[in-house]
Amino acid sequence: MANSTTTKTRAAEPAQPTSMMPVIAPAVGWLIPGAGHIIQKRWIRGVLLLVSIGALFVLGLMMQGHIYKANGGDILDILGFIGDLGAGGMYIVTLAVNGGQGAVAFAIADYGTKFMIVAGLLNFIAVADAYHIAIGKKQ
Amino acid sequence: MTIQLTHFSAAFVFALFASIVFGITHRETTRDMVRYGLYCFAMFLGGVLLAGWAMWLVRR
Repeated sequence: MANSTTTKTRAAEPAQPTSMMPVIAPAVGWLIPGAGHIIQKRWIRGVLLLVSIGALFVLGLMMQGHIYKANGGDILDILGFIGDLGAGGMYIVTLAVNGGQGAVAFAIADYGTKFMIVAGLLNFIAVADAYHIAIGKKQ
Repeated sequence: MTIQLTHFSAAFVFALFASIVFGITHRETTRDMVRYGLYCFAMFLGGVLLAGWAMWLVRR
């Protein structure tokens, strides 16, 4: 009887040991673009993501793009905020130093705004990729 | 510090970095990543050139 119960209990246990990586990698990857790959030893991919997403965001700032803050107003402003939020740590630092005020007087500044939004959205994709690596869905 | 990019250079930089991220995140092997990244880059820049010429034709 006892042996039967023990066998059933063991069969219900997961085959692989549980790991925190599926939680940690996306979180770290959101905070620092590419870091979710780097902590899983995908060095080149992580550095390329860091450089690409970081460069887009910094170029957007240098082009005097506007950064969106949390708001409950226009739907485009809300979507802009969600996009910017994807940049994680870079977004938080930019808000902390009161950057990204944006000069709306010329087209290049508007490009800068879009650069930062796209950097955040690309980081969301990178975070999802880091998660897929962590759960073993991707190499 | 500010930077002034032309419309084409802004599109070029955008295409370059977005293609790198797309290549890494959308494919499994290194070879496929490079191929898909190059494909995305070509599509981005090709789309920019096509749209540019289309606008030039519309304007005439």
